[in-house]
Amino acid sequence: MARAAVLGRLTWQVGTVAEILEETATARTIVLDVPGWPGHAAGQHVDVRLTAVDGYSTQRSYSIASAPGPGRLELTVQRLEDGEVSPYLTDTLRPGYPLELRGPIGGWFVWDPAEPGPVLLVAGGSGMVPLMSMIRARAAAGSEAPFRLVYSVRSPETVLYAAELERLSKTAHGFEMSYVYTRSGPPGVKVRIGRLTPVVLSAPGWTSKTAPAVFICGPTGFVEAAASLLVRAGHDQDAIKTERFGPSGG
Amino acid sequence: MTTHLDGNVLAGTLGELFAVDITSAMGQCASCGTSEAMGEALVYTDAPGMVARCRTCEEVVLRVNRTAGRAWLDMRGISCLELRIPGE
Repeated sequence: MARAAVLGRLTWQVGTVAEILEETATARTIVLDVPGWPGHAAGQHVDVRLTAVDGYSTQRSYSIASAPGPGRLELTVQRLEDGEVSPYLTDTLRPGYPLELRGPIGGWFVWDPAEPGPVLLVAGGSGMVPLMSMIRARAAAGSEAPFRLVYSVRSPETVLYAAELERLSKTAHGFEMSYVYTRSGPPGVKVRIGRLTPVVLSAPGWTSKTAPAVFICGPTGFVEAAASLLVRAGHDQDAIKTERFGPSGG
Repeated sequence: MTTHLDGNVLAGTLGELFAVDITSAMGQCASCGTSEAMGEALVYTDAPGMVARCRTCEEVVLRVNRTAGRAWLDMRGISCLELRIPGE
């Protein structure tokens, strides 16, 4: 019964690494085959648990990057230098290895492709990951919901999914994006370097008057700054959904 | 420095205890009466367990702690939870 399939407490299960993709120097996408995986809603995450031989175990949450689908999912993990979990996932894990996880988790920070939009996505660093799932879900569903992505990165080398975003911004109808570079921009191109500004957030056709659903994901400071800029620009606070990650994400 | 995350981080731990998602539920703060999605609560994860505070008045709305084989859940800061039941 459908009801039995959607209601149920969360339990751990084991997936197998199918593939590992290099996104940037420090970020990897882990493609997992998970038997019986029901699919997810774009924006959801999983908990990953590592257990040492002596029984010590620790867990972290990672956002799902892929479009929803059964049996398989992709996580993009940013390696944190002093992290306890992420260096194992980015440097040691290989195809064929098992990985313990539970999910999909979270029903708040999600986008449903049946919604007509418009949707404003604001990403800070690896906060791009759940927003990429939304962008991919939109494409997979053939949705024409107007989407705009504002993606804040330190430098071009830290951009996740750069080639795919480039292709989508040229070919996908109704999808547009802009980068914000906080440390350095692309070589040979004159761009503004600095933090998010009200100007970047309110492109033509994307003011508070068009009342987009807003999803902001990134480190806590970034999320607070972006949300308060949007509220000051007249966006309804109730239309803004946020997801923060912090140092415990390592 | 103590910094907060948000209610989305509660989803895994509460998902072990409840059959429906709590982060998309509307929770009414017992202190100020504001109803907000639990996903938008301010959550501090550097205490033992996790502490969720109302984003309007910053009073504690929920505390949850999990150890091997056991969980503690204090929800006296929420006067009412409005839950969505999937599949209906």
